[in-house]
Amino acid sequence: MLAEVSRHEDRTERTRAELAQQTRVGDALVRGLVRAQFALALRLSLVVAIGLGGLPWLFAVAPAVGRVTVLGVNLPWLLLGVASFPFLIAVGWAYVRLAERNEQDFTDLVQRPER
Amino acid sequence: MGNGFVVPAIVAVTLVTVGIGFYGLRLARTTSDFLVASRAISPTWNAAAIGGEYLSAASFLGVAGLILKYGVDVLWYPVGFAAGYLALLLFVAAPLRRSGAFTLPDFCELRLGSRRLRTLATVFVIFIGWLYLVPQLQGAGLTLATVTGSPYPLGALLVAVVVTANVALGGMRAITFVQAFQYWLKLTALAVPAIFLALQWQADARPAVTPPDGPAFRTATTVVVEHRATLTLPDGRIQEVRPGDELSFAAGDPVPEVSGVATDAADWLLPSTAGDDDRGLFATYSLILATFLGTMGLPHVLVRFYTNPDGAAARRTTLVVLALVGAFYLLPTIYGVLGRIYTPQLLVTGQTDAVVVLLPGAALGDGTTGRLLAALVAAGAFAAFLSTSSGLLTSVAGVISTDVLGRGSVRGFRLATVIAGAVPAVLALNLAGLDVSQVVGLAFAVAASSFCPLLVLGIWWRGLTDLGAAAGILVGGGAAVGAVLVTVFGPPLSGWPATLTAQPAAWTVPLAFTVMVAVSVATRRRAPADIGATMLRLHAPEALRL
Repeated sequence: MLAEVSRHEDRTERTRAELAQQTRVGDALVRGLVRAQFALALRLSLVVAIGLGGLPWLFAVAPAVGRVTVLGVNLPWLLLGVASFPFLIAVGWAYVRLAERNEQDFTDLVQRPER
Repeated sequence: MGNGFVVPAIVAVTLVTVGIGFYGLRLARTTSDFLVASRAISPTWNAAAIGGEYLSAASFLGVAGLILKYGVDVLWYPVGFAAGYLALLLFVAAPLRRSGAFTLPDFCELRLGSRRLRTLATVFVIFIGWLYLVPQLQGAGLTLATVTGSPYPLGALLVAVVVTANVALGGMRAITFVQAFQYWLKLTALAVPAIFLALQWQADARPAVTPPDGPAFRTATTVVVEHRATLTLPDGRIQEVRPGDELSFAAGDPVPEVSGVATDAADWLLPSTAGDDDRGLFATYSLILATFLGTMGLPHVLVRFYTNPDGAAARRTTLVVLALVGAFYLLPTIYGVLGRIYTPQLLVTGQTDAVVVLLPGAALGDGTTGRLLAALVAAGAFAAFLSTSSGLLTSVAGVISTDVLGRGSVRGFRLATVIAGAVPAVLALNLAGLDVSQVVGLAFAVAASSFCPLLVLGIWWRGLTDLGAAAGILVGGGAAVGAVLVTVFGPPLSGWPATLTAQPAAWTVPLAFTVMVAVSVATRRRAPADIGATMLRLHAPEALRL
């Protein structure tokens, strides 16, 4: 049991050293993390690009949308003036959660490389 | 204007700002303490401070003024100002904090190891900082002139002097307390009067924002014109007016149509549509690009991230900032909309930036409530000028003291602060006619076309080289700077040239990214040899303790 624990720590140490010394394994690990985080950021910006960035185009090609009123207020005013802010916060909240999960996966991988 | 509460309110805000500055002074001991506040600032304080620093004259006054003037199309300003923090969160916040860079020039040197690139970044930081400081000082001059009738230079100089002294003496720890206090002050100063304004609108039997016959004067009003304009009177006559002209209107008179202003209800109420004119759509997307991507390139925004203890904290702080800023931006729309009912004369005078300051008095009358609320709004406006100018000045002065004067001492920082504060003060006194929000929008466009590609590619792409980064900043940022100079100093343009220079981001941002990538690929041998170690440092979670 003790031997197993120390072997685990050896492996963790070795992976950290590989990261720090930029061996091929260490480099591949970092590339994987960077790719995962970048893909996450791109996916969420795509959500915003479609959700918000599509609005000017929508209003331009379908002027009828702008005349729809909800509770006496025209839809564009509600979407831009009110709804956009909680939407941005929700995307940001999702990003923080998912980015931290990516980092947790990376930490687990380094500390328990045998799995 | 006879409101006895305004001047005491402005004096109180200024004194509290200076007071907290001196309280901070006692805590500032060493240079490192002085510049980065020892990183001992809690995330909530830090987030409120970032929000306080960010919400400038453009947010507090300009957005409402634009909405009053142009309607739904300019709602993209507040949306973009808030969304900028989302882009910052997604692409920059955590890695930038982990890089250990304190300023943008620091980041250039850490990532690409080039002194010359560092110098180029310094030039852009100073340009953007000054471009952003001028409208803050102008806003101060305009506000003080509107509420007290003082000459325009007084407000501009007052803010310039208070901020310069405070930054020079207190450094950043003081500024953090000041900024956090000012976020809450600004939020209160818009939110409380907004509630009263909404109640007043109810009590007035909800007058229509866009009456079928166009906006009308509710009371007899005498208008003193401040900007040259062409008016179309209700009977179809066309009248040219010049600054100083006086026009009198009786209660119920329709507001004349003003050239360049969305007086027509449909123009104001509905988004611009496709058809014979695609410039509106281009300008909208340009504005979206500039504000979404420009925030991360603003010098005073980045400095703040260094005060987070680690990358994960930087991410959470940014999310809190996004929420705080988003909550604030719900409010200016209310002022812009109710301004159509209660202060239509601003459409004729052209001083729409004054709507936030004038609306409480106009809607609630001259009673004590109206005057107290007007004073509260004026105090909030001053908080906006003081806080944003402080943040900008701190970062411009930091860059000047380390990169231009080459001294890291407290004395060097103080000298740099005086230099950094004097230049925009002189500019603000000589460029009185610029529109607050437009200049701020141009600063965003320059930041989005220079530092945004540098940060995004530098953090995520191993292939970036020093030559690629420099070429991208010079071509993209340079094009945006050129557009700014043409807009501010050049001859009046019309048609596509006017749109391309007034809202340049939609072509300068892609240009900057393309040049940066192309030149980096062409010079790929120059990519730093230690890029692997740098990427590890930027992206490895702190939990590993490497």
